[in-house]
Amino acid sequence: MMHSHMNHANFAALEIAVGIIAAVALCLYLSAMLISNRKYSKWKASRYFWWVLGIIFAASALSGPLAELSHDNFIAHMVGHLLLGMLAPLLIVFSRPMMLLMRTLPVQTAKRVSHLLNSRYVKFITNPTAAAILNIGGLYLLYMTDLFTLMHTSLWLYALVHLHVFLAGYLFTISIIYTDITTHRYSFIYRGIVLVLALGFHKVLSKLIYAHPPGSILKTEAETGAMLMYYGGDIIDLMLIIILCYQWYRSTAPKPGKARPI
Amino acid sequence: MHEKKTPDIRSNIISGIFFGIGLMALIDEIIFHQILQWHHFYDHSTPFIGILSDGLLNAFALFAVVLGLFMFADLNRRERRHASTWVASFFIGLGGFQLFDGIVNHKLLQIHQVRYGVEILPYDLAWNITGALLLSIGIVLMIRARKQRQAG
Repeated sequence: MMHSHMNHANFAALEIAVGIIAAVALCLYLSAMLISNRKYSKWKASRYFWWVLGIIFAASALSGPLAELSHDNFIAHMVGHLLLGMLAPLLIVFSRPMMLLMRTLPVQTAKRVSHLLNSRYVKFITNPTAAAILNIGGLYLLYMTDLFTLMHTSLWLYALVHLHVFLAGYLFTISIIYTDITTHRYSFIYRGIVLVLALGFHKVLSKLIYAHPPGSILKTEAETGAMLMYYGGDIIDLMLIIILCYQWYRSTAPKPGKARPI
Repeated sequence: MHEKKTPDIRSNIISGIFFGIGLMALIDEIIFHQILQWHHFYDHSTPFIGILSDGLLNAFALFAVVLGLFMFADLNRRERRHASTWVASFFIGLGGFQLFDGIVNHKLLQIHQVRYGVEILPYDLAWNITGALLLSIGIVLMIRARKQRQAG
């Protein structure tokens, strides 16, 4: 138990809201797929699979048994954060929601969205450095200040922090991996360096949590949670690294590739 | 048939060193942290700079092992591989990481020791001599690879 005597907010409303949002997200993607299939070539069903997995993982951090456990158990909390901030964003990026959205929207609206994607603001936040600071910096604020304790006392703060964890994780993933629509592109080397730095500071943070647990978490729970953060982060970042390097490998293929005998 | 392509020496060196660094970091993690559990995840006397250095180095090593392999695949597909240069670079990467870890991380920054509850000197010596040996093998192989390139 991490803080049995702590005053918890009532999270039932949030759990219901998250459940509804997830269900709507699953239906919306499916109907967008059907609309897109009428106008364009068939949208790959595997992308829907990534979407469903991503949404379920993200939602499970905030709703259901894992979410309930995570209010009192730091290990469950950390599993939730790995799912919400790292794995779900990666899966969702591979379902290419922006591309599907652009195919589905009426031309005028699609133009407006495209205008937004090309704006200076989006250019700024999708720069890998800005995205990494929003992502990892946010985690430092959460675990190294009183925010962690405060968050459990206020439903709104709790929701806001978790929304940030998810959005910043998503933003960071799209700033590194160019699979969905990407308007502002940066070089492979730059993205590689930022990814290494982000992973490095993620490792540093997990050791700081191990040494100085936030709030009134039990030492043993903090240690297991911190190691889970360290190695879980390694596994998911290894996936990011492999995907990034594979994309580099494909993009640098010698031009007359098909004509060459193996 | 196609003409013989000149090997891309710079990429061979980077690829070999990266893969060597990454592989040694993996060996360190899997054997000494996980299997033997000699290394500790966190040593309560570690200064912040040590945690920072260790975190960044290990993050880089994870990236390096993957990029090293993809670069090797790229050299193969372009037929610009130079095997002896690559192997020499690989040993330099292995030894370089081991030596850096043994001297800077273990000793200067005191991140963690090779093993706890034992007389540490033999372990430190074994660790660093292994590193120096691997590095020397790499350097000797590199000199031979260079001669081979100049002769060929």
